[in-house]
Amino acid sequence: MKTNKPFPDKANYVIIGGGISGVSVAWHLAKKGAKDIVVLESEYLSYGATGRCGAGIRQQWSTKANVLLAKKSIEFFENAQDLLDYDDDIEFKQEGYLIVGTDEEEDRAFKENVKLQQSLGVPAEFLTPKEAKEIVPHLNLDGVTSATYCKTDGHLNPFKMTDAFYKAAKKLGVSFFTHTKVNDITVKNGKIESVQTTKGTIEADVVINAAGGFAQDIGEMAGVEIPVKSQNREILVTEPIEKIQGPMVISFSRNIYCQQTPHGAFIMGRGDDRDFSQSMHSTHQFLEAMAKTATRLLPPIGQLRVIRQWAGLYNFSPDSQPIISGSQDVEGFYMACGFSGHGFMLAPMTGQIISEMVLGEPSSVDTESLSLARFEKGAAKTMEQNVV
Amino acid sequence: MKAEDVIICRCSDVSLKDLYTLFEQGYDSFEELKRIKRVGMGPCQANTCGKMVQWEIAKYFNRSLEDVKFANMRPFTLGVKLDAIKEACDDEDE
Repeated sequence: MKTNKPFPDKANYVIIGGGISGVSVAWHLAKKGAKDIVVLESEYLSYGATGRCGAGIRQQWSTKANVLLAKKSIEFFENAQDLLDYDDDIEFKQEGYLIVGTDEEEDRAFKENVKLQQSLGVPAEFLTPKEAKEIVPHLNLDGVTSATYCKTDGHLNPFKMTDAFYKAAKKLGVSFFTHTKVNDITVKNGKIESVQTTKGTIEADVVINAAGGFAQDIGEMAGVEIPVKSQNREILVTEPIEKIQGPMVISFSRNIYCQQTPHGAFIMGRGDDRDFSQSMHSTHQFLEAMAKTATRLLPPIGQLRVIRQWAGLYNFSPDSQPIISGSQDVEGFYMACGFSGHGFMLAPMTGQIISEMVLGEPSSVDTESLSLARFEKGAAKTMEQNVV
Repeated sequence: MKAEDVIICRCSDVSLKDLYTLFEQGYDSFEELKRIKRVGMGPCQANTCGKMVQWEIAKYFNRSLEDVKFANMRPFTLGVKLDAIKEACDDEDE
C-alpha cells in the first residue's frame, strides 16, 4: 500500500495487525472521534487469517457470548455497505448455514444449541434429515441424523470487508502503515510507553494487539502472557460455476465446511488435528481428506475442479472463545485475539467492544466471559463446541 | 486502444482501467490487487495475466520489474476434479 504520510514518532493509539479486527477497531475508534490512530501491518492488509478464512458468517454457536457477538455483528454487516459508504461491494449473502449432525449425541447437542440461540433472538431451527435435504437438495443423507439451520447466516467477502473498514477509517484520518513489522514494545512502570518497528519508534499510551495468529508474540513483547496457540488450517477453492448451493454446509463430526460464494466458486475446509505452530503451508494430506469428505457429503461437487489451496492460522484460546480484553498488568495494553477460527465474523463487535474499553465508555455487552482474567481465575467454564 | 478495452485478466474480467483505478487508490502490489479485484485468481491462476500485471505495476509506479513481486504461486498448476483426487486416494488405499 502506497502512503504519502511520514512515519509518526507519536500516536494516541497504535493498533497492531491489519486484518479485520485491526481495521474494525481503527474505524470504531475514529468514528467515536478518537484522533491520532495508527495501524501497523507486517505485510499487507488481510495478509493473515482474515484473507485466508472461509468467509462464513454464522450465529449458530454453543455459548451465549459467541451467539450474542455473532448476532450483533450480523446486524452491523447488514448495514455495513451504507455505514462505511463503501464504493465497492462487500458481497454479503444471507442464505443460511446448514449444520449437519451424524449421531445421537450431536442431535441432543443441536437441540440444546437451538434452544439457546432462539432464546437470544437468533432464528435457528432444528431439522430432520428430510427437511435438510429440502434446503440443500444435493446433500447425501447417508449417515445424517439431524440438522440445524439459520437463514440469516451466510457469506461475506473478507478482502472487501477489510477494504471497506480501511477506506472508511482512512477517511476519518486513521494512518495505515503496511510492510511495517513490530519488533518490540516498551513498558515502563506498568504502562505502555512505545512501539519499536522496522520503520521507527512510535511513542504511545495505548496499544491494541490484533495480530491474529501472532498475538501471543505481541503479548510477549509487552510482558503479557496470553494463553493462545496457533494452528495451521487448510482450505481450497474450485472453479466458479452457476449457482447450485445457497447455504454454507458444515458438519463438526464429519469435519467439513463448504460454501458456494456469490462469485460461483466453492470454498471448503476442515481442521485436522495437528501440532500447534505458525506454519501457513499447504499439504496433500489435507487435499486428500477434503476430497473424500466433500464428495461423500455433497456428491455432485466431486465434478468441480480444484484450482487453488492455501492455509492460515486459527488462534485458539483455552475455551475457544475470543479474548477481547485489557490487561491487569500493563496499563494501555488491549487485545483482540484467540478467536479460534471465527475472528472475521465477529469483527464488528470486536471493534465496538475494544473502542468502548479504550475510551472508558460503558460496555454494550458483558465482557467478563471475554476477559483475559477469566483464565487466571480458572473461571472459564463454558467451552465453545461448534468449531470445525 | 482505450484502457477499459484492454483486458488484463480474462478469468476474472479485469481491464487495464480497473488496474489504473486501484493504482490511483494506492494499491501497488500484486497481492493487494488479487484480493480486491480477483486478478490472477481464476482457473488459469495468473498463468495468463501474471506477467502483464507485474509489468503494469512496474510502469505505473516507475519501478524496475525485478522490484515488483509476482503473486504467491500456490498449488494447483491445473484444475483437478475432487472426484479424481478421491479416486486416486481410493486406489492407493486398496
